[in-house]
Amino acid sequence: MNAEAINFVRRDMLAQEPPPGLQKGLGAWMKKNMFATPKDSVLTIIAFLILVWMVPPAVKWLFIDASWTGGGRGVCATVAQGGSQPEGWSGGCWAFVGAKFDQFLFGRYPVEERWRPILVGALFIALLIPMLMPKVPHKIINAILLFIALPIFAFVLLLGGVFGLVPVETPLWGGLMVTLILSFVGIAVSLPFGIVLALGRRSQMPVIRMICTIFIEIVRGIPLITVLFMASVMLPLFLPQGMTVDKFLRALIGVSFFASAYMAEVIRGGLQAIPKGQAEGADSLGLSYWHKMNLIILPQALKLVIPGIVNTFIGLFKDTSLVSIIGMFDLLGIVRLNFSDSNWASPVTPISGLIFAGFTFWIFCFGMSRYSGFMERLLDKGHKR
Amino acid sequence: MTVDATTPSGKDRPTRSILNDPKFRGYLYQGLTILLLVGFVYWVAINTIENLQRANIASGYGFLNGRAGFDVGQSLIQYSSDSTYGRALLVGFVNTLLVAFCGIITATIIGFLVGIGRLSHNWLIAKLAMIYVEFFRNIPPLLVIFFWYSGVLAVMPQARDALELPFDIYVSNRGVAFPRPVFESMTQFTFYAFVLGAIASFFIARFARKRQMETGQTFPLLPTVLGLMIGVPLVVFLLTGRPLSFDIPIAGRFNLTGGSVVGPEFLSLFLALSFYTASFIAEIVRAGILGVSKGQSEAAHALGIRPGLTTRLVVIPQAMRIVIPPLTSQYLNLTKNSSLAIAIGYADLVAVGGTILNQTGQAIEIVTIWIIVYLTLSLSTSLFMNWFNARMALVER
Repeated sequence: MNAEAINFVRRDMLAQEPPPGLQKGLGAWMKKNMFATPKDSVLTIIAFLILVWMVPPAVKWLFIDASWTGGGRGVCATVAQGGSQPEGWSGGCWAFVGAKFDQFLFGRYPVEERWRPILVGALFIALLIPMLMPKVPHKIINAILLFIALPIFAFVLLLGGVFGLVPVETPLWGGLMVTLILSFVGIAVSLPFGIVLALGRRSQMPVIRMICTIFIEIVRGIPLITVLFMASVMLPLFLPQGMTVDKFLRALIGVSFFASAYMAEVIRGGLQAIPKGQAEGADSLGLSYWHKMNLIILPQALKLVIPGIVNTFIGLFKDTSLVSIIGMFDLLGIVRLNFSDSNWASPVTPISGLIFAGFTFWIFCFGMSRYSGFMERLLDKGHKR
Repeated sequence: MTVDATTPSGKDRPTRSILNDPKFRGYLYQGLTILLLVGFVYWVAINTIENLQRANIASGYGFLNGRAGFDVGQSLIQYSSDSTYGRALLVGFVNTLLVAFCGIITATIIGFLVGIGRLSHNWLIAKLAMIYVEFFRNIPPLLVIFFWYSGVLAVMPQARDALELPFDIYVSNRGVAFPRPVFESMTQFTFYAFVLGAIASFFIARFARKRQMETGQTFPLLPTVLGLMIGVPLVVFLLTGRPLSFDIPIAGRFNLTGGSVVGPEFLSLFLALSFYTASFIAEIVRAGILGVSKGQSEAAHALGIRPGLTTRLVVIPQAMRIVIPPLTSQYLNLTKNSSLAIAIGYADLVAVGGTILNQTGQAIEIVTIWIIVYLTLSLSTSLFMNWFNARMALVER
């Protein structure tokens, strides 16, 4: 075809135009995301003013004015309070945290024996990381090692008294170590118990269903602190004379009971989500009840509720701080115990210790919630169409 | 399950052990469970009775009539150390209800604001809301309570040089003192006017809704209701000669005199529970709003409904259906978490019960009372919310 004949086709190119104003760059972004409407602008300005009002003093308090080194309360108190800081000073007392750091980790565990919790911790991490990575194989062996072998090994090693190890009584345990032990044992016990309770609640047998329902509803209906009180005050009453239960064990029992009831509800949610056809299929193949559950229902149900299980674990981890009320020294308890250390008493010591404890809890919980989100996305893929 | 139903007749079936009959096995398992449970309870009961006898503790609830002999920091009802243990428990119960009620209201307000803020198109607001949620969700509530109690309120200045805020509010290490309203005679007329206004508003609202349903005409409901419930009582208040004065706190040498004081225990518990629970409520609200499909609001826009009305009439009613069930469990959690009061000595049910337990050793009775009270609270809250949920639920045909 002859190009000359097509008159409506443009022959020369248009000159290049400048990019449209305010479509790119910081200005455009701010206009779109912060000042889109007058109401938005007002909100942005208010939020910005709040930030200006709060952040610089916080940074100043936390980092610039904070005293990082020092061997006593002097570095964290003003002259009038008997210290070396100028009048009107206020800042974080990180020297306190630094000086007590070992205690915050291990409580009053004997210094020369601290390699034991460190070894347990290293083993725990070494077993936990492959457990958390979905691609690493041998999950079952890993789980047995992590949830059965490690607790037994840790129990023997930490308590001592055999194989020439110096015995360390549980009242000496403390700090982050206790928090981690309590929550880990809580989860390791509550998983099987939760599964049993959840199956019991969905059982065909009315008596078993009723017992499980009553247990779950009562434990879920009352605060953890009353469960802990029950474990610490009523357990000794229930046992025959001469049979005593260690205080640490009592707290463990209380926490495990509590966690089991919550875990049962999470797992029941998973069981309910499995279509009925799966159970019917298993029945038609002639599988027994336990085969049906072990091979067909539970693997699917548990996979569905991994995020819920992690969330329960986060809740449990936070809840272990309550054992400080019944006189045990978990992370929060040991931090609070150190407030009364006259060597470090100053107006900013409590808040510094609490900020440190809060930061530690936050790191753990935030990490777990991120992991839960990651698993949720990973597991979601199979159901997307 | 029932094999028998599918078998044609009992004759040509091979004989089998009764142990393989699923029905019989069901009974067997249940019977064994009952036996085990009864045996366990019996064993526990025997031990308990023995232990109690040895410790010389009489079981039963007779101790509730004994003299308590301890003081509580804050009480809404008449109480002194001469009152009975029962009265002390009642004080604790009222205090639990008080802090739970205040906490629920504040947590709901903050939670809804933050939850809506997280979905804001405004980047700064959304990020701030996200930081709030991620911060408070991941630290134990007990730590937040201690943060307020020993970190903030305990290092406030002494009462004699308390921080002075507007409206004669003073903050010191003894809590917050604020002017106490003193009702003089004739205040009741203002109150009556308010009640009448409320009743009238109710009927006007019903009428307005009915008229709108029938004719489509709208009624300026909000100004009318505001006028009836605030304007009319205000006029009555002014007409009766402003029968209200304030008892203003005055900083004395050692303490603040006058006014009402809210102790640091209540304040830190209340603040901590509100802020902590609000972060969970915010997530629930966000999930609820995201759960309403976008087509709903697009359809509303296509019909020409303004954005504000779309949110109010289309999005929120549907989001509430998703929000209410988890919101209920958060309210219950807040109520249960109020038992952390014992850590800072706010006299709630658990703290008072713990004191009595230490004094009398009546562990079983006290724990039973705790369980009954908390279970009742849980059950009644969930009953109420179920009713509310049923009202809000989508009516499907």
